[in-house]
This record gives sequence, structure tokens and C-alpha cells, in this order.
Amino acid sequence: MWALFLRDLRLSMRVGGGALTGIIFFLAVIATIPFGVGPDLNLLARIGPAILWIGALLASLLALDRLFQADREDGSLDLLVLEADRHMLALTVLVKCLAHWTGAVLPLVIASPLLGLFMNMEPLAIGATALTLLAGTPAITFVGAAGAAVAVALPRGGLLISILVLPLTIPALIFGVSASYGATGDPAPFLQPFLILVALTLFLAVIGPLGAALALRRSGD
Amino acid sequence: MRLIADKLGGERGGEPVFANIGFALEDGEALIVTGPNGSGKSTLLRVVAGLLPAADGEVRLEGGSEDWPTPAAACHYVGHLNAMKTALTVNENLDFWRRFAGEPALGVAEALEEVGLGHIGHLPFGYLSTGQKRRAALARLLVSHRPVWLLDEPTAGLDKASEARLSEMMDQHLAEGGIIVAATHLPLGIAARELRMGDALRG
Repeated sequence: MWALFLRDLRLSMRVGGGALTGIIFFLAVIATIPFGVGPDLNLLARIGPAILWIGALLASLLALDRLFQADREDGSLDLLVLEADRHMLALTVLVKCLAHWTGAVLPLVIASPLLGLFMNMEPLAIGATALTLLAGTPAITFVGAAGAAVAVALPRGGLLISILVLPLTIPALIFGVSASYGATGDPAPFLQPFLILVALTLFLAVIGPLGAALALRRSGD
Repeated sequence: MRLIADKLGGERGGEPVFANIGFALEDGEALIVTGPNGSGKSTLLRVVAGLLPAADGEVRLEGGSEDWPTPAAACHYVGHLNAMKTALTVNENLDFWRRFAGEPALGVAEALEEVGLGHIGHLPFGYLSTGQKRRAALARLLVSHRPVWLLDEPTAGLDKASEARLSEMMDQHLAEGGIIVAATHLPLGIAARELRMGDALRG
């Protein structure tokens, strides 16, 4: 299993891995917002956490379609499914998700404080947003894995994955953003939405890979 | 150990491709599946591996004990695709499959030596020629042990010398009590029974 994690991580680092695509997209979204919204610094600081979350959400959806499709195209997916007696398929999917998150989404989380500066956010808000992204983005990857597995047999499945997955990621977005606001605005709580966000991630870490494994088993042809 | 296919039927996209195929292979026996294009050779192999559900009948492995509970767990499947990542080196690819599949047999360097690729393990898989890619994929058979080999057109892209080497590999596997099911158009140079997939359904 560790071998699978290392292989996928290595692949995402190498040429064509797509780790960079996500960051560039994230950067593009955040960098254009101030031009569109206008130079109102207070407004930018106020919508900053929400924009960072939306940017990270869209950027992490972008790379999802390669999660299983790359393995399917070169025949590795068949072998991963065949090994199901030795390594439970849902566990294989979970490890692939973790490697995908580390390779493609963690860089977004690391870049988010820098991009927060573009939005004129306070240090506390930047820290809170980065923390909620760290806790919440795995949920997007896990639920995305189920979508990617359903669409794996389709040649241009990327769009379908986004449509399938986007509604399911909304809870993570809502609680992530409200926790980020809770850290700065006094009456709003931070801990409660943050804990719900963590619970969402843990819940989807189980449901997502199980659903994906079920879909992958049916996808063989 | 016995690999048994009982009145097997297969379908592709709802269309029956073959029906009523049966065979039983003991330790050390090989089966060559031949037949014209579209007669269902690949489908048969995928059904035996458990990658496709059988439309009819069943495949089972007798005497596999708990080490090899199902045909899927006991088999190496080499399909049309090589299951290797072009961005990783040959060594990294084989090392991954060796560790992931478990039951390690030969080391990566030795296995590459066996298929005549000892000198190019450090190259990215994408740089290899078609025949070399195939040989690297066949080296996967050697890095971890499985009693049953399911080979789909294993000689595709291989030159004469490599074909001979593959025959040797298969002979040795059979001598050690392994089972081979291979779909092919070309003679593989091993003692084997032949299953001719016909036009029975269409004819």
C-alpha cells in the first residue's frame, strides 16, 4: 500500500502529473478577482475566505478526472482490481485518494496564505482559512473519487465528474467558509463549524472510497 | 490445484460472444486459446480473471487453499495494455508491482535480465520500443509469484529471440507446477492443449 502511495505521489510530481496545473488555476482565479471586484480593500478582505475556498474547490476538482482514468488507460486499473483479495479495493482507493491529495491538493493549501495576501486578508483570517482548507479539502477528494470512479469509462469524463461531485462538496464549502469567518468575526463561532468540517472529512473518507470501489468493480469491460 | 471453467458464457455489451466453453487445467498444464478476431479470446481471459462477470457458468479454482482463494487472487493477468507508467523508470514500475502484488519472487534486476532488458532498467518506460515495453510487462510475471498466468497475445511486438525466451519462461513456469492460459494467433512453442474459439454462435 505504501508502494502505491509512493508511486502515485511520484507520478504527480513528474512531468504531466498535473500538480502544477491546479496551483496555476488557483492562482489565476484569485489573481483576477481583485480586478473584477475593484480596488475596495475592505470588500476584498471580507470576501477573501470565501473566494479562497471556492478557488481551492474548483482547482481540486480540475485534477480529479485523472485519478482513475490514467490507471485505466495503461491497464493498471485492471491489476489493482484483481488484487482485491489481497488489498481491499476500498483501501486501495483510499490510498490513491491520499496520494492524490498530497500531490495535487496539499500544494493548494500551502499556497493559500500567499494568495490570501492578494485579497488583503488579516493574518488571523489567512491562518484560519488555511487551517479549514487543510481539514476540509480531503473531503472534496474523497467524494470526488466516487465521481471519478463512476465516470472512469467515459472518454471525456472530466465535466461529468464536476457536475456529479460539485453538489456533494457544498457542505464542506459551507462549513469551511463559516469556520473561517468564525475565526475573525466575534459573534460567529469557529469551533463548531470547524468540527463539523472535520466530521465531514472523516465521514466521506469512509463513504467515498467504498462507493468508488463499488463503481470500479462494475466498470470492467 | 485445478483451474476449472464450467459451461462458461461471455458477453460484451449485452451481446453474447461465446457460450458453453469448458476446460479443466491441472498443475503444469497449459491451454492455448485460438480463434479468429472477435471470437472472444480476450473476453474469455477477462472472465477467467474475474474482471468481467460470466454471463453463464462459472470459473473456480480447486485446491488453492487459503493462499489462493479465488482465480483472481491466484493469477497474473497480462492484457493488451502493459500496465506500466510511462513517466516512471522500468525499475520503479516493476518494483511497484513487486511490492504491491506481494509474494515476491525474482528481484527486479534479475527479472529484467531474464527478459533481456538488464541494461535499461534506469530508463523511463515511455522511452522503450514496443517490443521492449512488452518484455518489461512480461518481467512482471517473474517479480511476484502467481500459480496461474493469463496471457493475452503475449507475443505482440516481440522478436524471434524474445519469443524463444518467453517460451522458456513459460516452460519453466509449467515445470514448477504452474498453469497457463494464453490467447494467441502464433504458436508459442510450449506443450499445450488447444481451445479453438469458433464461430459456433455466429455460424
